[in-house]
Amino acid sequence: MRNYVIKRLLLSVVILLFVALIIYTIMRSIPTSYVESIARQRASLPGSKSYSEWLEQLNKVYNLDVGILEGYVRTLINMVRGDFGDSWHYNVPVTQKFTEVIWFSFVLGAVAFILEIIIAIPLGILSARKQYSKTDYAVTVFALIGISLPTFFFATILKLVFAIKLGWFDLYGTVGRYYFQLSPFGKFLDIAKHYVLPVATLVIISIGSLMRFTRTNMLEVLNSDYIRTARAKGLSEARVINYHAFRNTLIPIVTIIGGTLPSLFSGALITETLFGITGIGKTAYDAMVSADIPFSMFYLVFLAVLTLLGTLISDILYAVVDPRVRVS
Amino acid sequence: MTEMKKKQAQQSADQSVNEYVEPIEHDDRYILEVSRLKTYYPIKGGLLQKTVGYVRAVDGVSFRIKRGTTMGLVGESGCGKTTVGRTILRLTEKTSGQVLFNGKDIYGLGRKELRSLRPKMQIIFQDPYSSLSPRLPIGEIIGEAVREHEIVPGNEYRQYLDQIMENCGLQPYHKDRYPHEFSGGQRQRIYIARALALNPDFVVCDEPVSALDVSIQAQIINLLMDLQQKYSLTYLFISHDLSVVEHISDTIGVMYLGDIVEFGSKTDLFARPLHPYTRALFSAIPVPDPTVRMNRIVLEGSIPSPADPPSGCKFHTRCAQRMDICSRVAPEWRETEPGHYVACHLYDEQS
Repeated sequence: MRNYVIKRLLLSVVILLFVALIIYTIMRSIPTSYVESIARQRASLPGSKSYSEWLEQLNKVYNLDVGILEGYVRTLINMVRGDFGDSWHYNVPVTQKFTEVIWFSFVLGAVAFILEIIIAIPLGILSARKQYSKTDYAVTVFALIGISLPTFFFATILKLVFAIKLGWFDLYGTVGRYYFQLSPFGKFLDIAKHYVLPVATLVIISIGSLMRFTRTNMLEVLNSDYIRTARAKGLSEARVINYHAFRNTLIPIVTIIGGTLPSLFSGALITETLFGITGIGKTAYDAMVSADIPFSMFYLVFLAVLTLLGTLISDILYAVVDPRVRVS
Repeated sequence: MTEMKKKQAQQSADQSVNEYVEPIEHDDRYILEVSRLKTYYPIKGGLLQKTVGYVRAVDGVSFRIKRGTTMGLVGESGCGKTTVGRTILRLTEKTSGQVLFNGKDIYGLGRKELRSLRPKMQIIFQDPYSSLSPRLPIGEIIGEAVREHEIVPGNEYRQYLDQIMENCGLQPYHKDRYPHEFSGGQRQRIYIARALALNPDFVVCDEPVSALDVSIQAQIINLLMDLQQKYSLTYLFISHDLSVVEHISDTIGVMYLGDIVEFGSKTDLFARPLHPYTRALFSAIPVPDPTVRMNRIVLEGSIPSPADPPSGCKFHTRCAQRMDICSRVAPEWRETEPGHYVACHLYDEQS
């Protein structure tokens, strides 16, 4: 098992190198250029140098006067050293900007993720146990509505109903107007209250696929011979479902859950924008649109690392939950 | 209340296929008495998923099994053997008919009573791999229900488990291994150990050796017979392998398309098969002697659909000795000699 993990980690490093190369190439090749827009701005100032002179000077400053491959190697060496550079768009060190905003997204993603699991898995099991019943159809319709709703539409509806008509929540932001006058616990409650609508949006639109997935797997397990065995043993229905069936349903679910690790940090661009939360989704989007290479590189490589870790973790979990694939 | 409503709805829906069955008079020599048992599976079709017909998997089967004996149930695939095995254990719900186990109506029991009766009637499935949960070590598979039903006191549990495993040809140190680590024969022994750990009176063996190769088949059959002696078990042995059935059974029932067409003691049946289907079936038993010329009766056509069985005698479409009456009237059960029953018009004039 240890050798397997080490082998996988080494392989991941190789994959990462290529992923980083692709990201760097794309960032250099996109039509938008941060340097060009700055040069154009400066050149338009009265009594300034010409556009091409500015461009040449800025290219040198931003390390863009070299070829893609050389630029990649330089960036890579800096990254390995732990130097991720300053963000061009935000004018602060990349890591500083990142740590500033990531927690908003992480809290949002993590809470939504936990709720999604808590709601989707029992619902999936329920509708599998009562296949083709009214409950099953109701759950399925609910799930399909969730899957089909566009985020921006659903979030807007939620805001209209709960923030404007009912006035229960604020429309934007992560803290209320009187946040700084509140006690620590009051502050926590205030933040929690502001997260209700964004979390609800994320949960409802994402619950469907996990629920359907659980249902399909549970059905497969419930129809298997060993469940008949468990019933023939005279076990109680609760034990058949919770002990025998659920254990075996866990195997595929675990792999899916391992794969969602990056999504906890990738942020939710649309939801964040609509609810005025300055999370990583919005921040990274703005950086990419303005062709901020250091920030985009850091963000995308970070996600690549998480994706690789996620698959590794789900493979390890697979071995933990399924004795058949345990590597001796 | 809702339970009752459901039952009523069920009954009115099944009226077309449900029929009244005279209660069986219990005879204590028999551990299992089955009377006109039917298991139909609804065929749903159309836009509204209405029931448009029924697959008559088991269509009015009656038999009895004496304590400590083995009844073999033979027939080609799809004739309903397996469904009989499952319906008498109430793993599949019946459509009509009656099943008495030790004089108790299986279908008259509540959930709890049924659960506490389960250990007494066990089943061994055909495929031991898919029937064992891949996530549980075999010690747990064998012992789980022993603990649940408190078959033995807690302090004797480990010893009991070791004993059962040893009796079934397993080593106690195998306990912590998982089903995929065993060979096919071992898995079937695990499954047998699982069934016997519950100290049953009656075991349905549903093609227990069909998935195994021949050398292992003999081991398992002999193990089953040894265990029968040891624990005075009663078996219902379902198989399509006639030589295996001949080896293990005391009485044999021959099934065709959901009906038992002939029933009798093993010696009677093999010496004088009466029903044309039984004869055709028995003629297919291979003889391990190359000089013997086999007189195989080859049946024409394939088995008709159980959703739309032929009228009269269901076998008339493939019967070489077909008569006019066969396609019109379903044959009655006849006892041609003591304990030997057949349902065929060929034996009408004898009575």
